[in-house]
Amino acid sequence: MDNKIKFEMKDVNLYYGDFHALKNVNLAVPEKEITAFIGPSGCGKSTLLKSLNRMNDLVEGCKITGDFLLDGEDIYDKRMDINKLRKRVGMVFQKPNPFPMSIYDNIAYGPRTHGIKNKTELDGIVEEALKNAAIWDECKDRLKKSALGMSGGQQQRLCIARALAVQPEILLMDEPTSALDPISTSKIEDLAIELKEKYTIVIVTHNMQQATRISDQTAFFLLGEVVEMNQTEKLFSMPQDKRTEDYITGRFG
Amino acid sequence: MKKLNPLKFLVYAAAFFTIAVVVYIIGYILYKGAPQIVTEISNYMQGEYSLFDYKYSSKNVSLVPSVINTLIMIVISLGISTVLGVSTAIYLVEYAKTGNKFVEIIRITSETLSGIPSIIYGLFGMIFFVTYVGLGFSLISGILTVAIMILPLIIRSTEEALKAVPMSYREASFGLGAAKLRTIWVIILPSAMNGVLAGIILAIGRVIGETAALLYTSGTTTQVATNFMESGGRTLSVHMYMLTSEGTHFEQAYATAAILLLVVVLINALSYVLAKRLTKGR
Repeated sequence: MDNKIKFEMKDVNLYYGDFHALKNVNLAVPEKEITAFIGPSGCGKSTLLKSLNRMNDLVEGCKITGDFLLDGEDIYDKRMDINKLRKRVGMVFQKPNPFPMSIYDNIAYGPRTHGIKNKTELDGIVEEALKNAAIWDECKDRLKKSALGMSGGQQQRLCIARALAVQPEILLMDEPTSALDPISTSKIEDLAIELKEKYTIVIVTHNMQQATRISDQTAFFLLGEVVEMNQTEKLFSMPQDKRTEDYITGRFG
Repeated sequence: MKKLNPLKFLVYAAAFFTIAVVVYIIGYILYKGAPQIVTEISNYMQGEYSLFDYKYSSKNVSLVPSVINTLIMIVISLGISTVLGVSTAIYLVEYAKTGNKFVEIIRITSETLSGIPSIIYGLFGMIFFVTYVGLGFSLISGILTVAIMILPLIIRSTEEALKAVPMSYREASFGLGAAKLRTIWVIILPSAMNGVLAGIILAIGRVIGETAALLYTSGTTTQVATNFMESGGRTLSVHMYMLTSEGTHFEQAYATAAILLLVVVLINALSYVLAKRLTKGR
């Protein structure tokens, strides 16, 4: 780990009602690297991801203890402005979820939300976000067309562009390619690698090959615990824990 | 010959019967009303007593004042109940927590409201708005009464429309750091607009067709309710009811019915066009 720590989780416990979904999680996410969360379904990796921008607040009966430190600041502190937090910590969801509006309006929604009204400024932001998400060439001629007319892979890159348009520091990706074909998947993977120049990325994935292809760090989750976290190369070549080894060699999961 | 499945026959017969009833009603009204409308128009051109004179008299039994009253009533009552109803539905769907007692109460109340016969609304309107509040027999009493009547319709349809908006839109919006109000206003409501408008169209139909609740509240006087806070006035349906019950102007009653149908069709078409325009690019 050469980079400084961007996000640190200390003794995190999370409950959905009586269900103990995350147990004593301690994790550090380094800045400008890709951190992957892997593990079988229901192991808590998406749950943890959603806690990082407080999307779990929307779930009734969700209780969280422990510290989530973003640049040393606790994001669950009472003084934390949740909308500002989500501006800093953007999210891309499992299924592409563009708004039923034009491509332009989809991208401009975030900046407009945060007070940018000037047309030329917005135009610039939209173009840059679409370029950063490597989709500008495909849609520059139809910015006023509905985003729902795009293919699934394009929609997902649009959603990434939409998240980038508010200039976040961290990008959370919740299985962003699970609904996509292999070609779209590889485009998004290439994109993620490019984006880590500027952004810190946390990605949840079911696909272990994907984790090895793009991530710098990998954390392996099982039944709500982090079993092992290490540099991706090391975790996959010489796992320290027997359970990690069983999982990555395909003995379960 | 192929054997006809009896069940299939029954279904076809029922469908045919339904269509036949609608066609018969509309056809009969137009058959009886249209010639009279033509006569009245030519009377109007020649400056004789006509149903389309601006001022009502017992000679021309004009429907123009009641058309104007109807339009005033639709606009204001819809204005009131759309604001109240849509806000209530937004509260129910977006803000209230599941299992909230208050929500149950609102739901039961609005369902009960929609089951009450309109004559009861009329009685309530008379006792409460006309007498107790002291608004007298005035268009505003009628407007407030029908506004209560159509409230449940609008709440219900808006609620369903909001529920049908995918959760992923909300997540995406919150994920970008948008506050709840902005999410509702910019993302959710426009997506639900079709459902909301469907409710509004139903409500318009209800207002246009209402008589019982209005007889007791806005009354049956024949002028345009230029000051709707004070003067009463009949709507088109009430006008038709009065013509029929007075029993001396049957031809004109049919003509009025035809106009009533026309107004309903026009308003529905207008709402449809509006809905298309509002949801363009979606």
